[in-house]
Amino acid sequence: MSEHSSAKSPLKGYFAVWIALLLGTGLTVYAATLDLAPYNAAVALGIATIKATLVALFFMHVWHASEKLTKLVVIAALFFLLLLLGLTMTDYATRLWS
Amino acid sequence: MTLPAARRSPLPDSSTAAGVHGDTHTGAHNPALLHHFAEPQQQRDAASLGMWVFLATEVMFFGGLFCAYLVYRRLYFGDFAAASKTINMGLGATNTAVLICSSLTVVLAVWAAQTARRTLLIVSLIITMLLGVVFLGIKGIEYAEKFEEHHVPGASFSFKNVPIPGHPGQFADPHHAQLFFSLYFVMTGLHALHMIIGLGIFLWLLTMAWKGRFTPEWHTPVEIGGLYWHFVDIIWIYLFPLLYLIDRHP
Repeated sequence: MSEHSSAKSPLKGYFAVWIALLLGTGLTVYAATLDLAPYNAAVALGIATIKATLVALFFMHVWHASEKLTKLVVIAALFFLLLLLGLTMTDYATRLWS
Repeated sequence: MTLPAARRSPLPDSSTAAGVHGDTHTGAHNPALLHHFAEPQQQRDAASLGMWVFLATEVMFFGGLFCAYLVYRRLYFGDFAAASKTINMGLGATNTAVLICSSLTVVLAVWAAQTARRTLLIVSLIITMLLGVVFLGIKGIEYAEKFEEHHVPGASFSFKNVPIPGHPGQFADPHHAQLFFSLYFVMTGLHALHMIIGLGIFLWLLTMAWKGRFTPEWHTPVEIGGLYWHFVDIIWIYLFPLLYLIDRHP
C-alpha cells in the first residue's frame, strides 16, 4: 500500500465509508421500527451485509489487495459459512414436510 | 529443495533483488526484510494473507453460534421477538456507532504508519483504545440491566407475562426466552472477549509506536492488528440487528 499512498491520499474514501456506515446504522434502527411483515429481517440483514462489505473492501483493503489469494480466502470463508448455514437450514426447514 | 530458488526467479525485479537479498548480509540489505522473502511487498502480502486465513477460522467460530441462533429464531420467533424487545436498543445503537468510529481511527492509524506520521499513529491508537473501553463500559451497563431484571439464564431466571409483539393476549414461553438470552450472552460475551484481546494487541502496538519501531517499510503489526479490529467490528455489525432489532415496530 505504501507505494500507492504517495500518488493519491485515501483519506477522503475512508471518511466517506465512515459516514456511510453511520448512516447505515441509523437506517437499520429506523427500518426496525417499521412494520415490513416478513421483510424486516431481510432489510436488517441486507443493510448489515452492505456495511460489512464496505468495511472489508475499504477498511480492510480487500479492494486494493495486491495479492489475489486474499480475495480467495475471503470468498472461501463466505462459501463455507453459507454451506454451514444453508445445509443446516435445509434440514431444519424441511422437517415438518412429511 | 530447488523449489524456493525456482519460485523466486519469476518475481518482478528479481534480478536486482537476488543480488541484494542473497544469503550473505551485505550493507545494502533492508533490515526490515526477512531472509525468506524476495521483496517487502511479498513479505507484507504473506503477513496479511496469514491474518486473513486466521479470520476465516474466526468466521467459522462465530458461524456456529449464528447457525444456532438461526435455527432457534425460526422455531421460536415470537418468544425471541419478545425477549429482544427487553434489551436496550439505544445502548446497542450507540455501541454500533462507537465501534464504527473506532474502525475509522484504526484505518487512520494504518495510514499514519504507512506514511510515517508517528504522532497521528499514536493518537489514533489511543482514541481506538478509548472507544474500545467505552464499548465495553456500555456493554457492562447493559449486562447490569439484564442482571437486575433476572434475564440472565440460570436458577434465578424469570420472564413472566411478557407479551409477544403482534399477538395480543399471548405471552412468551420463559424457556424459549431463556434460549434467546443464552445466545445473547454467549454471542455478545465472545465478542466482548475479542474486544478485550483487541485492546491488549493495541496496547502492544502503542508501546511499539511510542518507541518508533514502525516505518513505512515495516508496520506489519499495525496492519494485521487493524484487520483483527475491523473483523470484530463486522461481527458486531451483524450482532446488532440480529439481537436488538428482531421486532421493534409498535
